[in-house]
Amino acid sequence: MLTILFDGIAYGMLLFVLACGLAVTLGLMNFVNLAHGAFAMAGGYVTVVMMNRYGLSFYWSLPAAFLAAALLGAALEVTLYRRLYAAPHLDQVLFSIGLVFMAVAGIDYFMGGQQQLISLPPELSGRFSLFGVGIGRYRLFIIILCALLTLALQLTLTRTRIGSQLRAAVDDGRVARGLGINVSRIFVLTFALGSGLAGLGGALGVELLGLDPNFPLKYLIYFMIVVTIGGTSSITGPFLAALLLGVADVAGKYYLPSLGAFIIYAVMIAFLILRPHGLFTREGGK
Amino acid sequence: MSAPHSQIAAAFLRRKAAWTPLEAGLWCLALAAAFLFPSQQLLLSEIAILALFALSLDLIVGYAGILSLGHAAFFGVGAYTAGLFSLHVSAEPLTGLAVSAVVAGLLGLATSFLVLRGSDLTRLMTTFGVSMLLAEGANQAAWLTGGADGLSGILLEPIAGTFEFDLWGRTGYLYCLAVLFILLLVARRIVHSPFGLSLKAIKRNSRRAAMLGIAPNRRIVIIYTISALYAGMAGALLTQTTSFVSPDVLAFHRSADVLLVLVLGGVGYLYGGIVGAVIFTLLRAWLSVVTPQYWMFWIGLILVALVVIGRDRLHPARAIALVRSRLPGRAGEKAVPLSEDSR
Repeated sequence: MLTILFDGIAYGMLLFVLACGLAVTLGLMNFVNLAHGAFAMAGGYVTVVMMNRYGLSFYWSLPAAFLAAALLGAALEVTLYRRLYAAPHLDQVLFSIGLVFMAVAGIDYFMGGQQQLISLPPELSGRFSLFGVGIGRYRLFIIILCALLTLALQLTLTRTRIGSQLRAAVDDGRVARGLGINVSRIFVLTFALGSGLAGLGGALGVELLGLDPNFPLKYLIYFMIVVTIGGTSSITGPFLAALLLGVADVAGKYYLPSLGAFIIYAVMIAFLILRPHGLFTREGGK
Repeated sequence: MSAPHSQIAAAFLRRKAAWTPLEAGLWCLALAAAFLFPSQQLLLSEIAILALFALSLDLIVGYAGILSLGHAAFFGVGAYTAGLFSLHVSAEPLTGLAVSAVVAGLLGLATSFLVLRGSDLTRLMTTFGVSMLLAEGANQAAWLTGGADGLSGILLEPIAGTFEFDLWGRTGYLYCLAVLFILLLVARRIVHSPFGLSLKAIKRNSRRAAMLGIAPNRRIVIIYTISALYAGMAGALLTQTTSFVSPDVLAFHRSADVLLVLVLGGVGYLYGGIVGAVIFTLLRAWLSVVTPQYWMFWIGLILVALVVIGRDRLHPARAIALVRSRLPGRAGEKAVPLSEDSR
């Protein structure tokens, strides 16, 4: 029972790291980016290539996955995404689906369609028992790492200069520009950070979620649920939504395996009927 | 003295609803294709079915402005209903088509209340969620739907007791074409009626429409139901022409594909679905020969390019309007800019 709760929390934490970039682009900047999973997949494949082809350590491949995905995100933001911030949602949907299709087929071409496996370092594998609760070492590692990241992210957003500049830029870009904030640069940085975190999440998730070319489509729904249910007020909303989703999904798969996917979709639809704008709505923003 | 407003409005609607030679030519060409390409009848049926499916999506995206990422839900339900009906009740195709339409329409009516609230994003998520729920359901309920294997062994009686389905699929194609033609006529009637105009008003600005005395919610429910009905018929046609239903009819890529088809052909003038279906099917047939495994990449590239270049600039209706405005004798009429998506 408690083990399931623990696994669910680890899963939820991982989902949050994967989805928090989307919470900013979709939630705050109002860009329907269905291609977010592609950045996570990029991070996952960077890890796989580094570990399996070049034999590098897992700990080195994590920052590499973050950097690679962040650079990819920044490059795409500057060349393509930037033009579409003001475009109708239909255009954004089509554009990002197009990117997903390209990513799926491209990875299939270069890496093949099979599931990718990595072998974790020995100190992260296995389980130990604490007060009768079975705890996976790797899951504990994920929880600690993701909790630290979340804390850092929350502090950056609320306490630093760049955080308040970002909040100003998404609330009203024109006024923020008038105040001398370089909105374009803030958006590139934010987009790169979000993509980088997705890449890191993808790298951490190779072991937990699996990795194959269909990853962006398979987990798209989870990212979207986290953001739509979490709302856009802060990152606390998506964080709680991710934890809820993680626990519900793990518990659902454990107790009612045949109904597994039903529960997720049904809960999401019910949530959206009751609270179309998410758990917490943002005051004052546009 | 000018004529009363109601007469002006009626004349405006009639002028918009007038048949053009281009439209008539398109239908003649479609009919001729049944006899010109005897070996390609299956591909032609596929185009007609996809065109009908995209037409149904155009009704809600192009006219009511509702984005859907789960339109395959209705297509799939129509396909399964047609399959189950012909297996267990009656193998008469026209009854099966009608029953599928009713079932998909009822599902549309039931789920239309989900798209009334919230933003575009909420609608995308709810439509997506509904279609995934159905896909999961079809996969689990193996006793009814055959699970991952789908339904097979569907045998159909001749259409209306006279036209038998032949081996080359010509009857199938003509059947699909006839259904598409009739449904397009109905759709024309709907969008060129005052009801259709009020939908466009809702799409532009639903709050202002509400203030003008147009009730948005009721109209959205109606058009969503009609659209679901159309999509269900498209699904039923697929079942009846291929004699097979696979869980693939509910898959996510089908919802994405139909959106692409509609956008390729142009949103909001009914023929977009047909033009897009022709382009898309030929493109896919060609790409899957050139790169059998990676055609998805090129489809994605086309989507990205389409959006970055700008859908409006490639809109066929706009191109026609532009050509027409330059023709001598019509110089007074200016090409109407297609800025319907801007909000």
